[in-house]
Amino acid sequence: MNAGQPAEPRIIAEDLVKRFGSFVAVDHVSFRVGRGEIFGFLGPNGAGKSTIIRILCGLLRPSAGRALVAGIDVARDAERVRERIGYMSQKFSLYRDLDVEENLKFFGGIYRVPRAELGERIRFAIDMAGLGGREHALVSNLAGGWQQRLALGCAVLHRPPILFLDEPTSGVEPASRRRFWDLIHALAADGVSVLVSTHYMDEAEYCHRAALINQGRLIAVGSPEELKNTALGGDLLLLECEMLGPTLAALQSAPGVLDCSVFGNSLHVLVGSAERSLRELPDYLAQRRLPPTRLVRIQPSLEDVFVQLIAVDSAKRRAA
Amino acid sequence: MFERIIAIIIKEFIELRRDNSARFRLIVPTILQMLLFGYAATYEVYHVSTAVLDLDHSQESRELLSHFTASNRFDVVEEARSQRDITAAIDRSDAAVALVIHAGFAELLRKGRSAPLQVIVDGTNSNTALIALGYVNAIAANFAKDYATDLAQRISGTAGARQVQVVLEQRPWFNPDLNGRWFFVPGLIGTLTLVIVVNLTAFAIVREREVGTLEQIMVSPIRPVEFILGKTVPFFVIGLFQVALIVAVGTLWFQVPFAGNPLVLVLGSVLFLLSTLALGLLISTLCSTQQQAFSLNFFILNPFFILSGFSFPISSMPQVLQWLTYVNPLRYYLVVIRGTFLKGVGLGVLWPELAAMAAIALILLATSILRFRKSLE
Repeated sequence: MNAGQPAEPRIIAEDLVKRFGSFVAVDHVSFRVGRGEIFGFLGPNGAGKSTIIRILCGLLRPSAGRALVAGIDVARDAERVRERIGYMSQKFSLYRDLDVEENLKFFGGIYRVPRAELGERIRFAIDMAGLGGREHALVSNLAGGWQQRLALGCAVLHRPPILFLDEPTSGVEPASRRRFWDLIHALAADGVSVLVSTHYMDEAEYCHRAALINQGRLIAVGSPEELKNTALGGDLLLLECEMLGPTLAALQSAPGVLDCSVFGNSLHVLVGSAERSLRELPDYLAQRRLPPTRLVRIQPSLEDVFVQLIAVDSAKRRAA
Repeated sequence: MFERIIAIIIKEFIELRRDNSARFRLIVPTILQMLLFGYAATYEVYHVSTAVLDLDHSQESRELLSHFTASNRFDVVEEARSQRDITAAIDRSDAAVALVIHAGFAELLRKGRSAPLQVIVDGTNSNTALIALGYVNAIAANFAKDYATDLAQRISGTAGARQVQVVLEQRPWFNPDLNGRWFFVPGLIGTLTLVIVVNLTAFAIVREREVGTLEQIMVSPIRPVEFILGKTVPFFVIGLFQVALIVAVGTLWFQVPFAGNPLVLVLGSVLFLLSTLALGLLISTLCSTQQQAFSLNFFILNPFFILSGFSFPISSMPQVLQWLTYVNPLRYYLVVIRGTFLKGVGLGVLWPELAAMAAIALILLATSILRFRKSLE
């Protein structure tokens, strides 16, 4: 999927602002999510991801700005929006004293899934969640991964074209997380638009586009490739050396170096131009008796990008 | 509309069925409290510990005191020798009542004059003191009357015995023996149901809010009226069961007679349950944590209890508090219960109470529906 705006937007956020007293939880956020697109919200805890999702579901009123979901203004007609969305809240929110099938039947009733269709939909949800044979297991006895998949099953029971998933994989073991993302991809392939938040940075790779959120603001949006290639505003070098501390100090003032940080027992150096720095840096360091043992250009991971962007953004705010 | 209400009702009953302690919680405490109240809650005063001091040592004084010893209202625990013994007995709470007959008691009586009997009561429990004083009065009056008749006879033969007297003929209706239990036990139907139902429903929504399931409900297209009605029905059924249980214990165990039309009691109970359910649900929509609901419950239930006429007569309350009792559904329900149980009156008499409860139920239910917002703010 490309970086541009989606042709068929299902979710439109325009200049959304949410204040709680004097605290600005969401600060002029705008984005669009298209049909069949998986749009990821990434950012540290408390960045405002849940608040934005709750505004889009009509659980919170925006202080300013506009939110359109399925073409309907959420602040004006939340009820019509609610017929068209599925939602998984951050907190596990199924009934623990009910078994798998009873939960599905309950939500089927709440969403008024026609009786003729309900059996088939429940079957679909159980198969999707891999809960076949566990229809009568109490939800409280299911492991985290099963619970999350059942919650997703309940959220899509009424075939919503739009899905909001608020940290669906938090606290779930890696293998189950992987499986969960496969389900999200299958739904998106059927045309469902998915807005999903996570604080696992590596999960951005599973999204068609991802937005990085810090302190209520969107600080970068793009496909994982775009983010890796351009969001840093420079090239990334890996530097291995004998003395980490002094080298780090020396690099801070080296020409062409934008930023430098420790990464395990090596350094990640952000430079304006990889070509130039690969040529000049070894000499610069050698003059200071700190010759690097290895210096190569690397492809930044999304985690590099996010850590870097959040550090820069937070520093900028402190300065301001 | 109905499939959503039904979905909620089914869900509530499944949760209740899975909750193993619920059956216990709904039955055992109710019966226990019923028995406790039925036996312990009584205003009648028996066996009041009494100290006596007879300084007259006459036939008359011994005669008077024997009236007290013979009564089961008083237990003479101490025969004091001095005024100081009396004071000490009251101070130590050995005696709640002290009777002192001063020297010269008999002499006054023989001359046909009034003779004093000194009564000292421990007023710390004003209620018991008041009732005990009443009995002292009655016994003393009886003694005086007999003595006067006797005296008149001795002085002027049988003719003198014809004195003018007002004779009180007591005919308490509906409860001929003025059995306190008959008054209390029916009232328990109201008070116990109020406590149980409000407690159950007050947590019905708050719990879901705390657990997080409410958020999932809120993002669905369910309407507040559907949600509240779905929550009401299961608790209504539980409440009816509670009423039946308490009525059964009251009539079968405590043998309180039921004189009226059971259907009128059922109608009254339905309206009362609806108003208490609505009250509980309103508390639940107002609170964001179970802790808050608990304190609010406590804060609300006690005044309901006091301002109901369950034990304190409404007619003796200050005017402002009397007005407050008009918004208390328990006040009306108690009238309906006592009316149907003891008096056997029907709709013709009780309709204003029934109408008042219906109005309260409607207003409270409507308020909790309007108060229930499908938003987190």
